[in-house]
Amino acid sequence: MTQQKDARRGPAYRLAVAGRIVLAVLGGYAVAALLTALLSLTLPLVRSEAVASATLVSFAVMVAVVVYVFAARTLGRAALAVAGLAAVLGGGLWLAGGFSAAGAA
Amino acid sequence: MRQGFRQSMAWLHAWSGLVVGWVLFSVFVTGTASYYRAEISQWMRPELVAGATDPASSADLAAAYLQKAMPDAVGWYVELPKPEKPAVGVMWWKSLDGPFHQALLDSTSGAPVGARDTRGGDFLYRFHFELGMPPLWGRWIVGTCALVMLVALVSGIVTHRRIFADFFTFRRRRSQRGWLDAHNVFGVLALPFHLMITYTGLVTLAPMYMPWGVAAAYKGGEMRFYVDSGLMPDLRGPAGKPGTLAPLSSMIAQAIAERGEAPEGVSVYNPADAAASVVAIFEEPHGLAHEHPQIAFDGTTGAVLGRNGATRAAAKTSTVMLGLHEGHFAGAALRALFFLCGIMGAATVATGLVLWAVARAPKGAKADGFGVRLVRVLNLGTIAGLPAGIAAYFLANRLLPLDLAARADWEVGVFFGAWALVAVLGAVRPAGTVWREGLALVGALFLAVPFVGAIATGLHPLAGELRFLGFDAAMIVLGVLFVLAARKAGRPRPPQAQRADAAIAGREALRA
Repeated sequence: MTQQKDARRGPAYRLAVAGRIVLAVLGGYAVAALLTALLSLTLPLVRSEAVASATLVSFAVMVAVVVYVFAARTLGRAALAVAGLAAVLGGGLWLAGGFSAAGAA
Repeated sequence: MRQGFRQSMAWLHAWSGLVVGWVLFSVFVTGTASYYRAEISQWMRPELVAGATDPASSADLAAAYLQKAMPDAVGWYVELPKPEKPAVGVMWWKSLDGPFHQALLDSTSGAPVGARDTRGGDFLYRFHFELGMPPLWGRWIVGTCALVMLVALVSGIVTHRRIFADFFTFRRRRSQRGWLDAHNVFGVLALPFHLMITYTGLVTLAPMYMPWGVAAAYKGGEMRFYVDSGLMPDLRGPAGKPGTLAPLSSMIAQAIAERGEAPEGVSVYNPADAAASVVAIFEEPHGLAHEHPQIAFDGTTGAVLGRNGATRAAAKTSTVMLGLHEGHFAGAALRALFFLCGIMGAATVATGLVLWAVARAPKGAKADGFGVRLVRVLNLGTIAGLPAGIAAYFLANRLLPLDLAARADWEVGVFFGAWALVAVLGAVRPAGTVWREGLALVGALFLAVPFVGAIATGLHPLAGELRFLGFDAAMIVLGVLFVLAARKAGRPRPPQAQRADAAIAGREALRA
């Protein structure tokens, strides 16, 4: 708290940090959850094996997204990338029948 | 957050580590203690003496007890007695959402045991992933903190990219650089363990944290996933008609005949239904994987209904991760190594928390800001407070009157009370001496445990009682370590070292 001459402590900076935290938590979990569901339906393995594999890697995926969100140059760029990734995964999941009602499986 | 990847990772490491540090420290400490959960439970129930047991007949006694306690239960679980744990544990519930009732029965009479009322090592074990909160809340908080720990590990590895050079650099002075070096040594030395234990911990509760794969592929039939994976036998639902449960002993005898050993426990589903099922669950066979062989029986006829299948690669990977986390496969030496690694994990978190505060302490005569003060108080309140709580929990086990109503709850109350007391004292005592006082108090509490235990129960080596030598020795080692830590924390540091630190380590530790 003793650092001075730093624009980092201003409200804009704080808001950007808060934005990254929200994006990391919600975006990271959304991407991990969508990828887990998509891989569970599409991996060319026995069904239970596809689910187990996808679930196992999900935590690494979320960590990667969180690290990216905090490493990205700007919050806007990070938000765009995460939203794009989630949209692609969501589209894939829709095509794979992930959003259809029970019975498809 | 900063210019450049390493700088932003240093920022992420410092802040992500800080916000979850206090929970992580508690999770590491209680998890590490849980490697000796059975031993702690034995010490906390000194009345139970190891002896020969008969699993089959004690299962019938347990069923008779459960029949009276809750005949219309949805499920019972009977933990069969073993020579080193001669009592029969029973659990029963009317709904999978709880509440789960439990009792400990004498294996020859079937009546509740005369041992003192305590939650034993199970309290520390559950605290490890539920923090003494309602299970769902606790598990989500611990899971969130574990994920942030993983983020802190990854960003920490990036930050300390000179990882091997750092490992061989230890400037043993009580200074900021000393704290940084200690943090690096504890963190790097046991880094494979830290990564393993954090990831496998998340995998342990993966069905709760990340249910979307199962939900997408099994839409509504989620239990099927566990059957397909080879983790449980295919079980039938209730028939809706009343039925009579056959004696459990006959099914246990069949199970023993099939596998050559007694099962560890027996689950009974819908015990009063015509389609009751009984599942004999065996201990994991030798190996890393946490996979319990299971045989399912028709509860009314005793005929075998099925067994769990073999696990394939991915499911096997999950069970091996669970096995690694719990360390059941480990013999005495390996378990001790896991214990040491767990302590190093706690030490990594603790030194990191202290380093955060030390690196941000105002230079010169300026007063601390509110943030740094808060972190200091929480640091002491957790790093000294939790161990004080554990020692007080053990002392309460020996000192509370045996006929006290809700005695087990009182023990837990003492645990939280002592923790809170140390935290409050830490907040009001002067900053210069508070660490010395706090750590010395913890040391004294641990050192008191064997002596208080011996006096209160009359069970000690001089009276020929050797069962608790290991536990007592562990308490003395912990006590001595805390006293040594208190002595170190009490030593004043030379002023020139302070100035040198500020100059050298400022940039190194305070990249944020």
